[in-house]
Amino acid sequence: MANLSPIILLLALFSLIYGNAIASHHVYRNLQTQQSSDSSSNQPYRTAYHFQPPKNWINDPNGPMRYKGLYHLFYQYNPKGSVWGNIVWAHSVSKDLVNWIPLDAAIFPSQPSDINGCWSGSATMLPGGKPVILYTGIDPNNHQVQNLAFPKNLSDPFLREWIKSPKNPLMAPTVANKINSTSFRDPTTAWKGKDGYWRVLIGNKVNSVGRAVLYKSKDFVNWVEAKQPLHSAQGTGMWECPDFFPVLNNGPINVGLDTSVDGDHVRHVLKVSLDDKKHDYYLIGTYDASQDVFTPDNSQPVLRYDYGKYYASKTIFDDGKNRRVLFGWVNESSSQNDDIKKGWSGIHTIPRSIWLHKSGKQLIQWPVQEIENLRVNPVNWPTRLLKGGELLQVNGITAVQADVEISFQVREFQKAEVLKNWADPQILCGMKGAGVKGGIGPFGLLVLASKDLQESTAVFFRIFRYQNKNLVLMCSDQSRSSLNKENDMTPFGTFVDVDPLHENLSLRTLIDHSVVESFGGEGKACITSRVYPTLAINEKAQLYAFNNGTSSVRITRLSAWSMKKANINGN
Amino acid sequence: MANLKTTTTLFFVLFLIAMTSLPSITLCDENLIESTCRKTPNFNLCVQSLKAFPGSASADVRGLGLIMVKVMQSKANDAINKIRELQRSGPSPALTSCASKYNAIVVGDIPEANEAFSKGMPKFAENGANDAANEATFCENGFNGRSPLTQQNNAMRDVAAITAAIARQLL
Repeated sequence: MANLSPIILLLALFSLIYGNAIASHHVYRNLQTQQSSDSSSNQPYRTAYHFQPPKNWINDPNGPMRYKGLYHLFYQYNPKGSVWGNIVWAHSVSKDLVNWIPLDAAIFPSQPSDINGCWSGSATMLPGGKPVILYTGIDPNNHQVQNLAFPKNLSDPFLREWIKSPKNPLMAPTVANKINSTSFRDPTTAWKGKDGYWRVLIGNKVNSVGRAVLYKSKDFVNWVEAKQPLHSAQGTGMWECPDFFPVLNNGPINVGLDTSVDGDHVRHVLKVSLDDKKHDYYLIGTYDASQDVFTPDNSQPVLRYDYGKYYASKTIFDDGKNRRVLFGWVNESSSQNDDIKKGWSGIHTIPRSIWLHKSGKQLIQWPVQEIENLRVNPVNWPTRLLKGGELLQVNGITAVQADVEISFQVREFQKAEVLKNWADPQILCGMKGAGVKGGIGPFGLLVLASKDLQESTAVFFRIFRYQNKNLVLMCSDQSRSSLNKENDMTPFGTFVDVDPLHENLSLRTLIDHSVVESFGGEGKACITSRVYPTLAINEKAQLYAFNNGTSSVRITRLSAWSMKKANINGN
Repeated sequence: MANLKTTTTLFFVLFLIAMTSLPSITLCDENLIESTCRKTPNFNLCVQSLKAFPGSASADVRGLGLIMVKVMQSKANDAINKIRELQRSGPSPALTSCASKYNAIVVGDIPEANEAFSKGMPKFAENGANDAANEATFCENGFNGRSPLTQQNNAMRDVAAITAAIARQLL
């Protein structure tokens, strides 16, 4: 082994110097990269700048981390097909969170404690800059257990190979601890307390009580379960992919904190993926480090990261740019048959910076700034009125692969429709789609639209008067997105905590063939959706600004860019 | 007073009878089949499908889910056989489309549901089962009202819906 290290070092240096050129020739173990004959015409739904491998099924982002200046992303991957199964940890690296180089699978079944599957987990940076991974393995009895893996060679900046602890599993359901063996998974990034003990959370449930079970360890190998979970909640079912991290209270925007930071200047966020609802929820609250208990702020309802398709998300502290970055999985809204035919299923969203809004009431998310390096051919409109009934085409950009930012100023508040009783925003969006005329709104964007408008996805605002205040509804309406009715075209919606009386209503939408990621109110409300037009594909897709309300709104700003294709996993 | 004593004795005797004839293990697990099936869209079909399989009497909810996946497999095979038979006498785009959809069920949904139930990831069992029900519906819709596969599609859709409901109970 000692003889090999200079060679490995040399190879690593070689790879670094030649960067993308060599690394992009890496292929997946047992797999072939996408055929170059797969043109955009027979793969109209593949994204140009979203994370996905050349083919097959992906789900949860795993163990994201930053090491020796490179970002690492692992992910749940099925090497054998387009549905979930045979799961391994696939692996990619990036300098900029936008362009990704594929590497061989890092973690795959190889010991009893993971012989039946290598499920989700997280990375923790140990003192001395040593990354380790805790992940859920499925053992020979099909029980869920937690395992430790660490890099075989720390001087390989690509961290290609990983070794598993011979002591695995380190945490397991037993008769003594009474942990449900099919409800014990997804270890978080660990944080270190002032007592020098590491703490980690594992998702769990007892009957229908969802729980974040806490384990503590001094040496990261011997773990002891705490007397009580960090937090739990009745009737919520299994808590998958928990995440627990500090955020600056009333701090500057887009600044993050290392996961172990604690103090008076800090609030804590507990996030879980609810198996039952298929959504990611978070709570802002207080962490009592001495009792290892999290108490959410009562005053706020439980919020979601994203009101569309978004699951199994996970954050890391990016110590390169001092920010916290969020990674999430977006599954397909197409049928399994379509997924098998196209040969792939699942993408990740653009990584998002995440921080606490100065009000302390919610988190803000915004696509990482690096994605803006893909912007080309800017189109800027002078401020103009958008009258009721108007439809304005945005020309000069590739509408199927674009980044659009638009701001609206609303004046005629007396024309707002009155909402007598509070309604679920998603249901409201379903009942009042883009085609339903309103008082103020609907106004917004028609994306991935066909020239004859038979197909379009509408992302828009509608303003109501509710209890003597202005209430802003944001919708992503997929109901007319495709003539192929075998897709799930459920509309999504949420209220945006912005008062249009005092500030403009902003919308940013990232459009990428079959994914539409929208951010309202400068990141207060996020909605991600998947659409599969049959007409509005490639150069035939169009982009419009529209206003289907009776009152005018003023477009104070429209900036749109074509997006260059990113280099993602050898695409 | 005499009445009270008689009533109490009667009650006590009945109580004793009830206690000594406690349900056997078999009866307990039949109750699990029934209580599980009560939370599905088709109680009768659910009970009938499960009871037809040996081992259902002692299965837990996860085991019942796995049995229903076997039932789904059998219904998918019925549909595929019928499609092949129909294709021999007169192929059509609708039949070709149905063949593709049932292939997705057999190659995608069923293995996914199997692995998901076995390893404790019920949301993917629900996913696979829901998709199977959808594929059967899409197959049926492809004939615009004059489907030769209605019986098979309905059977597929019904057992898939039951399977999804069982998965839901494990979330």
